Amino acid sequence: MIGKIFSRGYLLLLLAMLYAPIVVIAVFSFTEAKVLGNWTGFSTGIYESLFSGKNVLIMRSIENTLIIAVAAAAIATLLGTIAAIGIYNMRHRQRRIISFVNNIPMLNPDIITGVSLFILFVFMGVTQGYTTVTLAHVTFCTPYVVLSVMPRLMQMNPNIYEAALDLGATPFQALRRVIMPEIRSGMISGFILSFTLSIDDFAVTYFTKGSIGLETISTQIYADSRKGGLSPEWRALSTIIFLAVLLLLLIINYRSMKHTHAKHSAVRSK
Amino acid sequence: MGKLFRLFFKRSNWALPYVIFLVIFVVLPLLLVILYAFQDAEGNFTLQNFVHFVNQPEVTHTFVYSVIIAVITTAICLLLGYPAAYIMSRMQSKSAVIVIMLFILPMWINMLIRTMATVTLFDFMQMPLGQGALIFGMVYNYLPFMIYPIYNTLQKMDHSLIEAAQDLGATPRQVFSRVIFPLSMPGVVSGIMMVLLPTISTFALAEMLTLNKIRLFGTIIQENINNTMWNYGAALSLIMLVIIGLTSIFTYRDKHDDINDAGLI
Amino acid sequence: MVKSNYIIELTNISKSFGDKVVLDDVSLSVKKGEFITILGPSGCGKTTLLRLLAGFNTASEGEIRIGGEVMTDIPPHKRPVNTVFQRYALFPNYNVFDNIAFGLKLRGVERKQIESRVKRALKMVGMTDYEHRDVNSLSGGQQQRVAIARAIVNQPQVLLLDEPLAALDLKMRKDMQMELKEMHRSLGITFVYVTHDQEEALTLSDTIVVMSEGKIQQIGTPTDIYNEPCNSFVADFIGESNILNAIMVRDRLVRLMGKEFECVDEGFGQETPVDVVIRPEDIYIISQTSSAMFTGTVRSCTFKGVHYEMFVDTPDGYEIMIQDYNPFEVGQQVGMIVKPSDIHVMRKERICNTFEGVMVDPTHVEMLGGKFECAPVQEVQAGEKVCVEIDFGSVELTDDAEDGTVEGSIRFILYKGDRYHLTVRTEEGDNIYVDTHDVWEDLDEVGIKIAPQNIRIKPLK
Repeated sequence: MIGKIFSRGYLLLLLAMLYAPIVVIAVFSFTEAKVLGNWTGFSTGIYESLFSGKNVLIMRSIENTLIIAVAAAAIATLLGTIAAIGIYNMRHRQRRIISFVNNIPMLNPDIITGVSLFILFVFMGVTQGYTTVTLAHVTFCTPYVVLSVMPRLMQMNPNIYEAALDLGATPFQALRRVIMPEIRSGMISGFILSFTLSIDDFAVTYFTKGSIGLETISTQIYADSRKGGLSPEWRALSTIIFLAVLLLLLIINYRSMKHTHAKHSAVRSK
Repeated sequence: MGKLFRLFFKRSNWALPYVIFLVIFVVLPLLLVILYAFQDAEGNFTLQNFVHFVNQPEVTHTFVYSVIIAVITTAICLLLGYPAAYIMSRMQSKSAVIVIMLFILPMWINMLIRTMATVTLFDFMQMPLGQGALIFGMVYNYLPFMIYPIYNTLQKMDHSLIEAAQDLGATPRQVFSRVIFPLSMPGVVSGIMMVLLPTISTFALAEMLTLNKIRLFGTIIQENINNTMWNYGAALSLIMLVIIGLTSIFTYRDKHDDINDAGLI
Repeated sequence: MVKSNYIIELTNISKSFGDKVVLDDVSLSVKKGEFITILGPSGCGKTTLLRLLAGFNTASEGEIRIGGEVMTDIPPHKRPVNTVFQRYALFPNYNVFDNIAFGLKLRGVERKQIESRVKRALKMVGMTDYEHRDVNSLSGGQQQRVAIARAIVNQPQVLLLDEPLAALDLKMRKDMQMELKEMHRSLGITFVYVTHDQEEALTLSDTIVVMSEGKIQQIGTPTDIYNEPCNSFVADFIGESNILNAIMVRDRLVRLMGKEFECVDEGFGQETPVDVVIRPEDIYIISQTSSAMFTGTVRSCTFKGVHYEMFVDTPDGYEIMIQDYNPFEVGQQVGMIVKPSDIHVMRKERICNTFEGVMVDPTHVEMLGGKFECAPVQEVQAGEKVCVEIDFGSVELTDDAEDGTVEGSIRFILYKGDRYHLTVRTEEGDNIYVDTHDVWEDLDEVGIKIAPQNIRIKPLK
């Protein structure tokens, strides 16, 4: 019993450490003081200022982040899904080689990915901007899509694609009607993962954004912090992002619980 | 048309676009890093970049310092993370899922925002920024990466192994040291890799958490690239790549599965 | 042109995956309405043959005709055949009705017609009223019925069945066998059935095709195959049998176990090594030894439900399996009688191992992916290709694969009464045949050694 209390206490302590900075930010997003840690009375002023769009830099960085994340996640999901189907049908040796290369972007630290892609773009003489950042994000997102879709393919009865062809479906029809429904959940989790990885990325974006003034949330915060002070709006934005993520996770969790529950009762009714 | 159809019909060819993509955006860039590292600004072959690295005590010191900081961070993460993962693996699966979610949740928030929050916390508690804040910030950022893979292996562990050990007369302490801990090594190894690799190469964190007082190896690479010293930057990157490559080769086999799992959070 | 009455014609079909030859020059014709079974152990190429018919793989060489039309390169969705898969392969995202209607919908069949045809197909497989069930909630047997309904609803000219009953339990399998046979009769279409279960093949088929190592061994009716196996592989694979080495003395006289027996076979020549098959139920066992053709001691006697299965040791060291309704005591001296017509003589496929090799130097030859020491050879130059012969009994197998000159794995074991005849596949994919008294298991990894004096080198013809 004491052990149980002790271990619960330990987990709580760790969680407190993890959440303390976030709580501080959330609390101080409700006061207008420019400098952090100063409490100048409750106010929603920062939120109003954020939503009014007065801080053009922040608004533009949010916009850029979302555009790039959606584009990169969509491309990565498409590319990775098709690739996963291909890899799944490969012979063992080829599959091993591709899996190895596929692992490189995941094992490489961001800075190496960033520097190497920067050198690639310099070498090819490409002007860096939206396109290069998106391509760079696709590079480190696609491996995760491949890894999300792959287990779904593995679980699938390998004959159902052939069964569809056998019953008169063209390869495209077989893909759409039979394979897609089976791997959809893998594609969705690959997309979500890519989206969050893209939003979260700093180093790769930093090296591939070029000098046309393209900033994402990460690079904008970095730039601001280098200049000394962070605008108070970041506190409001962080709080909102945190709550949004929390909400999203709750929904996903709730749905997956409901899903497993439904599955269990289906099995039982049999 | 017929030819195209056949190419498309063979599903192993579907990986072709991605293979081309991987060659251009993964293999070629790494080859270019190697190429640039052995060239001077005019494109002639040289070893000068590496000589330069060895002859600059400031840079070599930073390199060693970065590795030490990364190792310290990883060790703290392991010491804090293993007990947490162990406790969670013993919990009922429903509450374990919730706790693991709570640990992962902060990871979904932009790392720089989290770091900014850490800076805020230190300001708020009137503690000075510097080496202590750096280590705290990195532990804070990467602890979940340590907990998750360890939890994963512990949780997947066949419970009958533990019962078998008890049945054969092992005390709880022996069960842990002889069965549970050795079997959780793959998770520990992948946790170490997942913390060590990013901490060894970080630069933005250090700048924010130390007000640019402490420079890490990543910072030096970034400065050189920014100041168009591409060849020297490439050489420094290559040095880091070799270090990381060596560490991964030792652990690649064990790591594989857990990285896959971690990717599916 | 006269339309051929063969629905399927395979001509010289070969298929290899990489360097692995799975089908080697297979030719086969199937009559319209026939129930034909392709029978063989796993890895013999039977499933590949079926997949070539369905169009999932394309043949490396040869021609496939279905219904008189060349189908060699036609993709599966344009072929008049449908497949029933071993693991059912039902679409988990559709219910029973939509699974069965899948093919009809793709063909744009009218909605009303789809409904009536699906209903009819369900009735045929005894699954009326299951339309709206989730396929994942069905039992294995029910899933297989839906899979059959999904195939036959399209009215294919040929129905391909890939071990459709393998995943079912024994009782269900027996029931389904009867139903399949009934279905074949009422549909009147051609069934091509793949299985490794010889009993299933004997029960169901009009014609059986026995395959091994990518080649057709024998084609015939179930009775032909059982009663007149054409080689020791078929004899061993179909039913129980005693397979023995023998010498054909002359027409109608064969020498085995050191004695001469009358038989009915002719045309093997004189003093020719052959294989002889005697089915265990064809040996009469009696307690007198005086009037017997050969004698022995009962070593074991096991009740098998209808008959007793006995192993009898002969004085010459052979072990004979006998099935009889009467038991004999262990240790008892017994006599055996075999009718001449029950002694089946088969030509030996080979009497020794023959390989092509390359001389490295006068005392070394390279073959099977390894360098073997041999007795000194004078007349052959280094680097020259030669023919190498090795007797079955001269090959030595080692437990530790690394101890051999080359490594291999045991692929096929044939018991010949007094010794085992093993087929060992080397890493390079060559087969070496070995006679041994040691007991090995299928797929054992072994090392292969050959003493220098047992390697015969001959110039290549």
